[in-house]
This record gives sequence, structure tokens and C-alpha cells, in this order.
Amino acid sequence: MNKVFANAEEAIKDIQSGAVLMLGGFGLCGIPENCIAALVKKGTTNLTCISNNAGVDDFGIGLLLQKKQVKKMIASYVGENAEFERQLLHGEMEVQLIPQGTLATRCLITGYGIPFVPVLAGVGTEVAEGKETVMRNGRKYLIEDAFDSDFALVKAWKGDTMGNLIFKDTARNFNPMMAMSGKITIAEVEELVQPGELDPNFVHVPGIYVHRIFKGTNYEKRIEQRTVRKPE
Amino acid sequence: MALNKEQIAQRIALELKDGFYVNLGIGIPTLVANYIPQGVNVVLQSENGLLGMGPFPLAGEESADLINAGKQTVTTLPGSAIFDSAMSFGMIRAGKVDLTVLGAMEVADNGDIANWKIPGKMVKGMGGAMDLVAAAKNIIVAMQHTDKAGNSKLLPQCSLPITGLQCVKKVVSDLGVFDITDQGFVCIEYAPGVTIEEIKAKTAGRLTIADSIHEMKFGE
Repeated sequence: MNKVFANAEEAIKDIQSGAVLMLGGFGLCGIPENCIAALVKKGTTNLTCISNNAGVDDFGIGLLLQKKQVKKMIASYVGENAEFERQLLHGEMEVQLIPQGTLATRCLITGYGIPFVPVLAGVGTEVAEGKETVMRNGRKYLIEDAFDSDFALVKAWKGDTMGNLIFKDTARNFNPMMAMSGKITIAEVEELVQPGELDPNFVHVPGIYVHRIFKGTNYEKRIEQRTVRKPE
Repeated sequence: MALNKEQIAQRIALELKDGFYVNLGIGIPTLVANYIPQGVNVVLQSENGLLGMGPFPLAGEESADLINAGKQTVTTLPGSAIFDSAMSFGMIRAGKVDLTVLGAMEVADNGDIANWKIPGKMVKGMGGAMDLVAAAKNIIVAMQHTDKAGNSKLLPQCSLPITGLQCVKKVVSDLGVFDITDQGFVCIEYAPGVTIEEIKAKTAGRLTIADSIHEMKFGE
């Protein structure tokens, strides 16, 4: 078993135009920076990106948007990206906005092998349009499907060569359930270690879900809203 | 005088009870954390995966890996817990969060809320708002009573795309505090210096004035 790749370029080599990708992260926190940079360099187009956010104009998925590499975006919140809003209002890109919890849960059930899930979020809203519903105990639920994606690109703090992953602080966010749901999951990690170096009790995603892993480099880890308090 | 944003937050903070798990939305709701009454211990939930959200860090101690749902750098506290987004919305959906405070563009007198989209103008997305309003046991909305042109935002029905149906329990606006009941908006408190006539004139939805109505207090 060899899951270890030299770098992002090697790990994403077979992502073809038209691929459906999941990208972990919340805002710019915990995003797969190296994989995104490699996709920009490779110039892969017509991508469908499933991600909570769409980055900012000059970082994260925003870099793919700048190069018009994204055909369709599936996200819950896209507020920090002017180029995104421009492409959306001009009909240059297809966008599907879905509730954040529904997004997370659709990823989760994919990794759990559950084909669909009933949710309350979105009942009575635009999100419900065209969706199947089910009644239980007097309440109406929307039927939401598991995701069908080609690759999941996730970022972890530590990983071992078996693909076991550990995340740091709120950089965990969407990464675990996306890691669990890619047909091929590619994990970039800040520290790549040998089997035995991670305590099995503290593994967040077991390696069975992870197909490729590499040690990322030059993490910028940009902060979107730097807020500090005054010393007392 | 109508309340400023800080005063709206200060009034909402009185709704927090000891032991509550609370989710505060972006904007005025975030300010509520600054006015939690003494002796009331609450745990703040940030839907990107943090329970026990602490204050902003000191300069130099901020970490890109530790943010809140507004993407601001934050800290943890003794007893904090980190989890992923699926579990975060799991606890929200399961009704574990006692109180949700969020902003709104419009609220209807039956508790419908609109706060995520202005067709043709603003398409930022709903984020976690639809999940929160669909599940939370207790939802308080912090909002301005009227828009910049003076039009009421407390309406007979929402004109903007809906975020959730019949879910808002209470509105704290710059003019007063309103319970939402079968009778529509019930004004239970008015802001200092605001008249009931002004509240009536600026509320387009069904409005009842509670018998027990009194001037708003901001704590002891």
C-alpha cells in the first residue's frame, strides 16, 4: 500500500476537466492550499466545486474563479468574493446555494453509505423547490441526497503514511466529512509522519477513507478577519 | 430615543439564562457576548465547530486555525470543545442549543424570517441560518425596526425570500421588545423615549400592546 505522493502536482495529476470536487475549509480556515495552487497551475477547467465558501478574490477557491476554472459552485455562503458575485449575477457560472448544515450532512451521509436524509432546513424556502418531501409526526422534511463527487481535497494538521488524519482547532470544519466522501480523497498535511507516531485514540479520520496523502509546503494560512482584544 | 446597536445587544443579553448553550449570529448578535450579566454562565457555540468560544486573542496570539463563524480570530476557554461541521449542525438540529440570536432583513407577524437574499442584488447565501431557524427552540431576532427609507421591517408577511417559517419567538428592535404570538407582534417593552404611537406607526404587521407594557430596562 502506497498512499504517499511527492507533492500536490503529483497527487492531482489525474483530475480532469469537468471533475466534481469537494474542498474542505470554512472561509480560508483549513483549506487545501497546495491542491488549489496545483489546480490553478494545471489549468483544469469546467470544475464543479462543493465547498462551504468560495474563498476571497485572491485566495482559496477565488484563485480558481479568477481563471474561470469553475463551471458550478455548490456552497452555503459566498459573501466575501466580489468576482464570484460578478460571475453569478452575469450568469457566467452556475451556483447552487444550500444550507450549511445540509451541506455538511450530505457529505457525512456519503461517507456513512446512506443515500439520502430528511432535513427540516429549507422547508418553505427556495431551497425546497423541486425537492421530494416526506411527512413524519406532522412535520414536513426535505429529502437531501448524498453527494457524488470524483475527488475530495482536504487539509489536515497531521497525517501518517496510512492516511490517518488529525485536524487542528477549527481548521477541522468540513474536512473530516469531505475526506470520508470522496471517491478519491487527497489529503494534504502540515506534518506527515510514520505509522505509530499518531495516537490511534486521537485520529479524527481513519486512513481507510484517504487514498492519497502528501506533505504540503509554504502554507500561507491567510486570516480573513484578524480581530484582537486590548490587554487589560 | 431609539436604541443603538450596543443597547439592542445589551437588552438581548438579559434573555440569557445560566447554563444556556447559545449561538450568536453575525452583526448585532455578536455584540451580545459583551453584555452577559454577572453570575450567568453561558457556553457560546460557533457553528464552524467550537463550543466555549472565548474572547478575541491578544495581538500576536491570533491563529489562522482558530476562528468563529464570522471568520474572526477567537480563542478557546478551559472546557472548550472542537468538532466538525456535521456534528455542529447535528447538535443544532437535535435541539441542544438553547438560544439562537440572529439578524433579519424582515420578520413577519407569524414568525417567518427573511435574512439571506435580496433577488438581483445580494446573493451571499444562507450560511447556517436556515439550519438554525429550522431547529432552534428559541430564536430571538436583533434588528432595526425600519429600513433606511423608513419602511417597516416588521411585516404582515415577508416580501424577501424566506429563511424559515414561523420560527421567530421574539424581536428586539431599536424601538422595543416584541413577542410573537398567535396575535402577531405583542409589544412588551418600549425603548426609553420611544412612544407607543411611534411603534404603532412603524409596525406594518399585526400589533398588540401588552397590558403589562413598560419601559425597557437594561439590567440592575
